[in-house]
Parts: sequence; C-alpha cells; structure tokens
Amino acid sequence: MSDLKQELKEKIITQLNLEDIAIDEIADNDPLFGDGLGLDSIDALELIVMLDKDYGIKLTDPKEGKKIFESIEVMANYITTHRTK
Amino acid sequence: MKVQQLKIKAYCSIFNNKVMLNDQLLFENQETDFSSFIKLAYKNMDTNYPKFFKMDDLSKLGFLAADILLKPLTTDSERANNIALAFSNSASSLETDRKHQDSIVDKENYFPSPAIFVYTLPNICLGEISIRHKLYSENSFFIFNHFNAGYLYDYATCLINTGKADEVLCGWINRDTDDYEAFLYLVSTEGSITHNKEEIIKLYTTK
Repeated sequence: MSDLKQELKEKIITQLNLEDIAIDEIADNDPLFGDGLGLDSIDALELIVMLDKDYGIKLTDPKEGKKIFESIEVMANYITTHRTK
Repeated sequence: MKVQQLKIKAYCSIFNNKVMLNDQLLFENQETDFSSFIKLAYKNMDTNYPKFFKMDDLSKLGFLAADILLKPLTTDSERANNIALAFSNSASSLETDRKHQDSIVDKENYFPSPAIFVYTLPNICLGEISIRHKLYSENSFFIFNHFNAGYLYDYATCLINTGKADEVLCGWINRDTDDYEAFLYLVSTEGSITHNKEEIIKLYTTK
C-alpha cells in the first residue's frame, strides 16, 4: 500500500503537470481538490483516465470520482480493492 | 465614429530562445529546447501562475508574452480591463491536435487525455490570458498563411474607434513542430510609436 501511495503521488505530479510540488509535500490525507493540491475539473477527468489506463478501473459515473479522489489514502484504498491490472 | 490616431504602447517577442520587451532583452537561453526554454523564461519573469505548466505550448507562448505586456497594466487592479485581444497564426492548434490524434489512433489503446483535448483550439490561449488579467473584452484568433499586419491594423483600429475596447493586444503566436514564434503589441491611444501597417511590419520583422 505504501508503494502504491508513492506511485500515485509520482503519477499525479507528472501527469497533472504540478511542477511546483514535490512528492514529500503531498501528505497521504491531504485533500486533492479545493484547498489541498488545488486540482480542477480537467484534472479530475485526467485521474479517471489514469484509473482506467493504469489500473483497469472504469468509472461509469464521473460523480464517483468526488469520493475516490478525496486524498491519496482514499485513492490507494479504492485502487487496491477494485484494480483489474 | 470618432477617428483618432492610435499608437503602439509596447511590444514583446519570444523567438530564437530570446524574450524581448520593446528593444530590451529580458531573457535568453540558447542551451535548451522549447519546452525547457519556456519554463526557464516563465521562472525568470517571476510569473507566479502554477496553471502555466498545464497549458499547451501555444498557450504558454501567448500567455507569457501577454503577461509581460499586461502585468504592469492589470495586476494592481481588480477592475475588468477593457483590453481586447486579436491574435493570429498559421498553424492553429496543430501541435496539440497531433498529440490528441496520437492518443486516439490505436483503438486497442484508446486513452484520449482531457488535459490535451481542451487545448485543441487556438483561442483557448485567449481564455487563459483573459482569466489571468480579468479581461471581459472582445477576443478573436485569426488563421492566416502569414503574419497579416494590414488585417490586424484594421481590426484594432475599428475596435478602439468604435468604443469596443480601450486598448487592443494584437499579434502572432505560432507553434508547429520545431518552430515557435510570438510577437505581440499593444495598441492604445498612448505611446510613442505610430500605429500603422508599416510600423507593425517593421517591429515584426526586426523582432
């Protein structure tokens, strides 16, 4: 689980072009949207694509993302339970 | 219509790994490719806007050149600035269109990126600038084969003389394969350079 959290932090920084943020600046329970990392709606769509492409998880309802992308901790738990690859 | 002689208040270019404001060199780095150069230029200009890194190359070019010209005019004020935008190029958003195409060409590996797709129109660049500088003004992005000083001259003159805008940020922002070029100039009722087709061409060709 710890490796997955680290992997997610690296992917989020790289794929969402968060150039001013270092991996160790993202705590496992930091909110990813709003006052946390400040991600926006396009970032949310990009995370949905990432779940599909890298972990074989298809979200049929984009609204599901709101809960799943709450934090790195929540994302890692969800991926561990639902991943198909 | 009140016809007045307009001026070019300031101009900026990003070309050949140099950033110029009027005839002053602001930044140069000949050791890097475009991607690294534009990030270094952004940092050197002290442009504090993290969303910059999410933009495509065309928007980065336009955003940075516009920011250099508009920052002195707009950062001290929360008011909506009546500065219109009239940009142009020849490649439209082709560089980003190609990236999007690459992501959808293989039906077995079909993962289009929303972050790339949103930049598959050249005028998104104008939106980025308008958000940054709180512009609620006219904006247009024209596609020409070559830099068209006469068209931009007529368009800017009409916007100001009909009261549609107080000032117009005009120019050419192009990005295609290994080439890039940004040249923007601010048309105003103030300034030292006469706004006419000949002066615009002179500034563009000597950038």
